[in-house]
Amino acid sequence: MRIFDPHIHMSSRTTNDYEAMYRAGVRALVEPSFWVGQPRTSVGTFVDYFDSLVGWEPFRAAQYGIAHHCTIGLNPKEANDPRCRGVLEVLPRYLAKDGVVAVGELGYDAMTAEEDEVFAAQLELAAEHELPVLVHTPHRDKEAGTRRSLDVIRESGVPVERVVVDHLNETTVEAVAESGCWMGFSIYPDTKMDEDRMVRLMRQYGVERVLVNSAADWGKSDPLKTSKTAHAMLAAGFEPAAVDRVFWANPVEFYAQSGRLRPETPVTAGDNGATFAGNSIERGSR
Amino acid sequence: MTPHPDPSDLRAALRERADTSGMRWLEEALTRVAQRRSAIGTLFPAAGRECARGTLVEDSEEPRAVPRTWTCEDAVRALLLTALPLEGAELGSEVTALYRYGDAAEKRGVLRGLGLLRADEGLVEAGLPLVRDGLRSNDTSLVAAALSEFGASHLDAPAYRQGVLKCVFLGIPLRDVAGLPERADAELARMLNDYARERSAAGREIPADVWRIVDPPRFHPREEA
Repeated sequence: MRIFDPHIHMSSRTTNDYEAMYRAGVRALVEPSFWVGQPRTSVGTFVDYFDSLVGWEPFRAAQYGIAHHCTIGLNPKEANDPRCRGVLEVLPRYLAKDGVVAVGELGYDAMTAEEDEVFAAQLELAAEHELPVLVHTPHRDKEAGTRRSLDVIRESGVPVERVVVDHLNETTVEAVAESGCWMGFSIYPDTKMDEDRMVRLMRQYGVERVLVNSAADWGKSDPLKTSKTAHAMLAAGFEPAAVDRVFWANPVEFYAQSGRLRPETPVTAGDNGATFAGNSIERGSR
Repeated sequence: MTPHPDPSDLRAALRERADTSGMRWLEEALTRVAQRRSAIGTLFPAAGRECARGTLVEDSEEPRAVPRTWTCEDAVRALLLTALPLEGAELGSEVTALYRYGDAAEKRGVLRGLGLLRADEGLVEAGLPLVRDGLRSNDTSLVAAALSEFGASHLDAPAYRQGVLKCVFLGIPLRDVAGLPERADAELARMLNDYARERSAAGREIPADVWRIVDPPRFHPREEA
């Protein structure tokens, strides 16, 4: 079984996770830029973070045979800190990078006026750079936040087929299904969605335009939730082709709209035969 | 010895790898950069997408014009740097900006491309901090690129030795490191001898590259009493 995790924060995970993910079939992933546990207070820390998303983290993933791509954006929570607003000015540099396949995570946290401004400004950037958009829906007041996100997306003129609205559940899926945007679901140990509820939703809504991710990060989460949900689908009677559609073909189709997706090759390894030649690299004790 | 390519070598190698539209993109990009320096900001990251990517030359023991570690993107980026209508400190500051905001592949392109530029005082002053940054990295492709032509020519002896030791430590083949025939000295041999002794004491394999610098009969697995 081959798996593409369309949303996972690997910077917060260990090499054991990479190994376990590879064993479970994960061969490609997208790491969206987002907030980290500790709020940042300057543009410089964002720049270093973006650098690691287009530098160090793809290198780490390649060691474990996994192709790493990312999304770049100013997240809604930190959009509220005026000290971080300058991040918008450095975004165009990063949106030009090979490994960047979407703008995101955008959207709402507490639905403030600042979040409105930053969301709209980045949708414009996405249109300019012809990149897909990853929209985070808020943990609190989720239904209203989802509807407001869909309104802003419609006003922006970014084509709906280039937008995924993520972290959906039973109460928010309907509106997104009707909108024409892609539907993203995060499978978590306690919060968000779980495997069995996800299977039920796919029975009801089908597997078209559906992206299922682990969204694993620095909180209580599980990088193998993609694989566990895939197995739950099979156990519930879904055909292997439907499972492959959800966990490979769909994320490939969505992110390939960037024109930059290379899901078959770990990005760094493919770029440098010599330093990865033979077994020399794996032996180095870093 | 690692080869030291010039722009015509890189062009010739690229013609073997890129298709017609890729080469056309390259020629147009070089013209645009020559006319307006700021054009390089958007062309530099697009090198792989627009021209060609992947291995530039086949791996071989035969001597050739282009080192086996170079990728097509590296060659395109190096050529773009040579097209900049700048020199000295001005060229240095443009190159610094490309490195600072580059992804890993762009940083590598800068580190390799520096060797094709005229190394006057201004450029060396700007380029050396980039080489040191590359050497501090844990990304093996950056460490290796930092020890290509420019780094090998301009690093001082202690930094060059530390760089070579780090390559052995990370498993980067020394045949891809520039400058060794001229720069490997007794102190580097001492450092590698100590490293080999540490490996041996821990019951670990000694990387074969150590013996490129350390004379096996003179290796002492234990500290002498």
